[in-house]
Formats: sequence, structure tokens, C-alpha cells
Amino acid sequence: MNPVGGYRAPYPGTQPSHLHPPYVSSVKRSPTRPLVQIPYTLSEVTGPSFGSELVSPTACDLTRQHKGEPLGERIVVSGRVIDEDSRPAANTLVEIWQANSAGRYRHEVDQHDAPLDPNFTGCGRAVTDSEGRYRFVTIRPGEYPWRNHHNAWRPAHIHFSLFGPAFATRLVTQMFFPGDPLLPFDPIFNCTADEKARNRLISVFDWESTQPMQALGYRFDIILRGRDATPMETE
Amino acid sequence: MSLQATTSQTVGPYFRIGLEWLYQDNLADEGVEGERVVIRGRVLDGDLVGVPDAMVEIWQANSRGKYAHPADTQQKLVEPGFQGYGRVPTDNNGAFRFITIKPGPVPGPEGKDQAPHLVISVFMRGLLKRLTTRMYFPDARNAADPILNLVEPIRRSTLIAKCMPDALKWDIVLQGPDETVFFDLGL
Repeated sequence: MNPVGGYRAPYPGTQPSHLHPPYVSSVKRSPTRPLVQIPYTLSEVTGPSFGSELVSPTACDLTRQHKGEPLGERIVVSGRVIDEDSRPAANTLVEIWQANSAGRYRHEVDQHDAPLDPNFTGCGRAVTDSEGRYRFVTIRPGEYPWRNHHNAWRPAHIHFSLFGPAFATRLVTQMFFPGDPLLPFDPIFNCTADEKARNRLISVFDWESTQPMQALGYRFDIILRGRDATPMETE
Repeated sequence: MSLQATTSQTVGPYFRIGLEWLYQDNLADEGVEGERVVIRGRVLDGDLVGVPDAMVEIWQANSRGKYAHPADTQQKLVEPGFQGYGRVPTDNNGAFRFITIKPGPVPGPEGKDQAPHLVISVFMRGLLKRLTTRMYFPDARNAADPILNLVEPIRRSTLIAKCMPDALKWDIVLQGPDETVFFDLGL
């Protein structure tokens, strides 16, 4: 009997396997032995939390981190972080990073021959409110080539990192843009068998958050794992 | 009908841009109760080459075996100034290092204590979802640990740090005969 309530297993096909050969780097970096099943304990149902005191209110505006304005198309990216039972993940940290509008990351490993933008770092963070809402202002990231296969290009995307309430709910994902012609060819986007699950990584154009004369709005809701059925009572 | 959790994607090679601000390789400032330990190791790929673009996250209880989290309802003291979270990147050789205190035992299934351990997430370019594992300490209590006992005996040593003169050493090996045991938490 386990007195600790665990977290629900994913619906089949909605999460990637570690090994996905079309994504070449996964071949030498995924375990070859089966994962060992363990019960949930206090260690996995607890986890770190980071309140809004850690995050400056301006950290969610990636267009105001330098003297000048970054080049590119200003956008608002917002949404809710909820669990599989639609309960809001309040007060949880959301970290994002992305390429600039030319498709270049401010990182020494990125040697893509596209210009850096002195006015864009590509790093943002926010803490969700009591309803699980977050909001970023940023620049639409550019597509860029990579070396996975011949003529490989990544669709435009923004990286997201979230904690949720427990070690078990930690999630790193990527948000994509509607209508991107590169999506059908991207081995990372296509790593998940379930088509509906992968399409939920595509943000939705959103009039409600679109600001007149300022910025187009994209909505991206993030679902964290829900609690397992009611835990058995402790003896 | 419940919703379905968002699909995981890789951190890719450029995660430092967004995640560096929270890098924390010293989990326990001076004055935090408990035995201070330095832990170092490497993340090694299928060719046993160091992974230069990996990140290790740590979560642990304090020296009394209490997590700084509301789900831990034990009658034990939370220690102000100790959260129990660390985030460390690997260097160009795949090496990582962090400083912490050895946690106390926390309850496990059926109320049996678990041996002191850290829970670990591993992220890197090439990993579409994180790997989760545990690091145990050289400690006689490991023999009775309910989680270690779910692992075939010959592989348990991959979860236990080794005493070196200057540190505890614990490698994360992705493939091969010494492949680290990774856990299925239903991710």
C-alpha cells in the first residue's frame, strides 16, 4: 500500500520515446535498457517552487531587455498552465528561450550565418497567476537550418520549461506557430505518434490577446500531468 | 474525460540562454545543517564520450529528511535557507559538480524509510523527454532501501556514488554495460 498519491501515466502515444532515430542525436543519447518502474514516494510528489519574488516583472517582455528594440515581428504569447483535470497550476515558474527573428540564437555553439541582434537575448520568465495564466511579449523567432539530415530546417519555435507542483510534473517542451510549412518535416515536432498530441504544440492565433497597432497574439495552453485516482488511505 | 498532458520536447543545444539564470551548484550555504558533500561526475553518451550540452537537476530533503514542500506533512522541521533544489550544466567534457548536504531518510512505500538519496532529472540535446534517476550515498541503509531493491542487484551500483579522496563520484551513463538505471515515472 502506498500512502502517496502519484501522477497519471500519459495516454498512449502522446509522449515521445527516448529513442527516435529520425532525430539523429537521440541514437547515442537514449537508454537501451528498459526503464525501471517504481512507485511514487514523497521524493517524487514534492518538488521545488519558485515564487514571483524571484522573477522581475519585466522578465516577461523580451522586447525591453536592451537599449533599443529588437528587429522582427512583435508578438504576444500567452495561455494557461493547467493540469489534466483542468485545475490551474498557480504560481508556477515558466521559463522560455528562443532564436531571434533571423533564426539565430545568442549562444556560442550556434554558428548559423544569420545576424545576431544586439537588442535581443531571447530569454524570458514569468510566474503564473492564481488562474494559471502567463503572458510574454517577444519577437516571432525565425526558422533556421540544422545538421540533422540533408537540408534540415527547424520550424519557428519557442522553448518552454515548467515545474508544476512536483518533481513528477516537470516539463520541457516547444511551442510552434500555425501554418508553418516546415512542421511536417521536423523530426523533433514529429517525435510523438499521436497526431492530435503533436498538434497541441502548435499555438493558436488569438484575436483576444492581439494588440491593435502593436502585436499579434498567439495562445499556447500547457497541460501538466494530473494526479492519479484518489490515493488509497494510509493504514 | 480528462485532458492530456502536453508532449515533451528536447531542450536542444541552446538551453543555457533561458535556464542559466537559475543555475545553482551550491544547494547548501554555510550554516545549513548536515554533512556537506561535494558530488562530481560526468554524463557519458553511447560512445562513452562526455556530453557537453546536458543539464542535471537535483531535488532533495534536508538533513532531517524533510522536503520543503506542502505535500510533506511529516512532523519535522523545514530549514530556512535550504530549499533542496540544484541545476547544473555539464562542461565541455561532460563533467558536472555540485555541493550539498546529505539528506536524512524520508518515508517510502509501506512507511519504510528510504535510504538517503537525491532525485535527479537529466536533460540534454538529443533527449526528447527528460530521464529521471536517483543518486544514493555510500551508506549501510542502502541494503534495505525499497526502491533500490526493485533494481536488479548487478545494476544497483550505478545509482550509488563512490567515495573519492576529494568528493563523491557519480557518473550518468546513457548506454553500455554500465548504463545508469533510469526510472519509469510514467513520463
